[in-house]
Amino acid sequence: MRVGLFIPCYVNLFYPNVGIATLELLEKYGCQVEYPQGQTCCGQPIANSGYESKAKDTYLHFVNTFQKYDYIVAPSGSCTYHVKKHYDIIDQDEKVKRVRSQTYDLTDFLLEIVKVDIADASFPHKVSLHQSCHGLRGLRTASGSERLVTPYNKWEELLSNVKGLQLVQTAIKDECCGFGGTFSIEEPELSVKMGKDKIKDSINSEAEYITSGDMSCLMHLDGVIRRNQYPIKVIHIAEILNSRI
Amino acid sequence: MSNDHATLGAAYLADEPRVDWHNKAVFNFRHLRDKVIHANMPEWEEMRSQASAIKQHTLEHLDDYLLQFEAKAKENGVTVHWASTAEEHNQIVYSLIQKAKATRVVKSKSMLTEECQLNPYLEARGVEIIDTDLGERIVQMLDQPPSHIVAPAIHLKKEEISDLFNKELGTEKNNADPTYLTRAARKHLREKFVSAQVGITGGNFLVADSGAVVVVTNEGNADLGCHIPPIQIHCVGIEKMIPRWQDLGLFVRMLAPSAMGLLITVYTSHYMKPKAGGEMHIVLVDNGRSDQLGSVHHRNSLKCIRCSACFNTCPVFRRTGGFSYHTVIGGPIGSILMPNKDINEYKDLPFASSLCGSCSDVCPVKIDIHNQLYKWRQEINAKTTASTSKKIMMSFASKALASNQGMSRINRLIRPMLKSLPRFMIYNRLNAWGKGREMPPVPIETFDQWYKNNRS
Repeated sequence: MRVGLFIPCYVNLFYPNVGIATLELLEKYGCQVEYPQGQTCCGQPIANSGYESKAKDTYLHFVNTFQKYDYIVAPSGSCTYHVKKHYDIIDQDEKVKRVRSQTYDLTDFLLEIVKVDIADASFPHKVSLHQSCHGLRGLRTASGSERLVTPYNKWEELLSNVKGLQLVQTAIKDECCGFGGTFSIEEPELSVKMGKDKIKDSINSEAEYITSGDMSCLMHLDGVIRRNQYPIKVIHIAEILNSRI
Repeated sequence: MSNDHATLGAAYLADEPRVDWHNKAVFNFRHLRDKVIHANMPEWEEMRSQASAIKQHTLEHLDDYLLQFEAKAKENGVTVHWASTAEEHNQIVYSLIQKAKATRVVKSKSMLTEECQLNPYLEARGVEIIDTDLGERIVQMLDQPPSHIVAPAIHLKKEEISDLFNKELGTEKNNADPTYLTRAARKHLREKFVSAQVGITGGNFLVADSGAVVVVTNEGNADLGCHIPPIQIHCVGIEKMIPRWQDLGLFVRMLAPSAMGLLITVYTSHYMKPKAGGEMHIVLVDNGRSDQLGSVHHRNSLKCIRCSACFNTCPVFRRTGGFSYHTVIGGPIGSILMPNKDINEYKDLPFASSLCGSCSDVCPVKIDIHNQLYKWRQEINAKTTASTSKKIMMSFASKALASNQGMSRINRLIRPMLKSLPRFMIYNRLNAWGKGREMPPVPIETFDQWYKNNRS
């Protein structure tokens, strides 16, 4: 199957290793992966700021860039959710509908489409999982604590097969980290406080790493960690799943 | 805006120990909610769907149900009044008080009368109005609005209430025992109850097929206020309607768990007809609700039963406090209701959210609060004067991100800056990100460059 790799703008810019881990993982599980040149962004920062009408060209650019692939995979629940949920303001021709339905977050794609059984990854550390809100409540990657449904958690399902990895549970399971895109700069004091609380909860659970399916949350948390020199690190789930230590 | 959520929230956040305390106190309601629902209501998600559907149906036929309610209430001997604005509501209530030559009024908990600013209206006309809900009485003594729609004094510590009661009610100095303080308030309120000529309540539900107003309380104060004074007035928003008696059980079962993690409130009072020799009035209030009903995107918000579950789960509300919303009904639901009232005054509220979506998932009537926040953001930029710099930035971004060269242009702009500028040029007051966070590290190459060098 031909997979178009979508690397979110900030991952491209700041976290190439997350992109490389995603690419290598997909290839390892037999996908024919291409990274189409000229890709930019899903448009979410523009739309969440309240200018979705200005994001239409970006949406069309995304669709045109990725239309030729069987699947579009991104190491991000948030960008994937934006394509699936908010691309409804452009004309819904067959091309647009197909791109929207075939776009997957990496975790979902590995479990639902490739149906992998991660057996050869090893990461001998204590790790706490940050369930990014758009993955959790947007894509329903896990059941969440609010609803009374049969519990499930796709991130944990993948992580539980990683050798040596010890998943630790935080006191509050699925609180927002406080990133929220432009929210992080519109209400910086609040955003940082939410980040601090999230990090402290992880440190209290004795985690060495916080992992997540979204690097944007981790970029924010890492900024708070480094400013305060907290004894914990962040790592994207793709890097863990692709690691052999 | 100097009184916007970001500014008021930042001021609240300056006292971190208080923020941590408030966060914990409010989240406790959410925690108790989870516990009581898990232990008692395996059918919770079905209940949510059913409650949402009943509210949907009711809103679609609200005109019919209002008339049915009015007819039934009249049959029961109740006088029904219609108020299209807050001002009209206040006038109606005042005219009833004047007619009764009343000087003292007791009022149980009501967010609607807060919304209409009834207390200052009556006080300006020489009427003494006493809030009888303990939390509301506390904030009334402090001349503050409620900070939370169900727990009006949640922002105050018991030591602060002890100081207040010492001053106002003469309780022992530094005695902050909750039972002691509650008994003092009870004694104080008894005197008000027995001497009031008019009692006012809000309403949790209007039942169309019986003309009943249903009020839930934990203190029994609504009942005392209705049973002792000869005249009782119920002030209720028109969206509180449900069609039938048999629908009520569902909503009553959902309200208390969602609000405070209680299985049920202590009192569920059904007011249907005037007591012997007394009068019963119901004031049905619109005050912008019809406009909201006319908005395809936002009518869903009228399903709200004011349970406060969205407040209790909201990571923003818990850390910035109720007053940061500069309105009577704050929190997530207030942030989608208030812009309808005044889009300029409340244009900051839909942005006071990380769009985490927890509000929508706890909502017992399935209001898609986070989607509506997103929609309000679009409307606010279209209808109000947004910040010019933001607009220019977004226009630049929309052009750059719609072209093949977009990312490489942005990379060429940002990378050298972050890599080589001295620290003081990056971390200053213009950089909101850098206030409490480090910028992301700049790698040797972008993914784009890595891919070109290694794969193509």
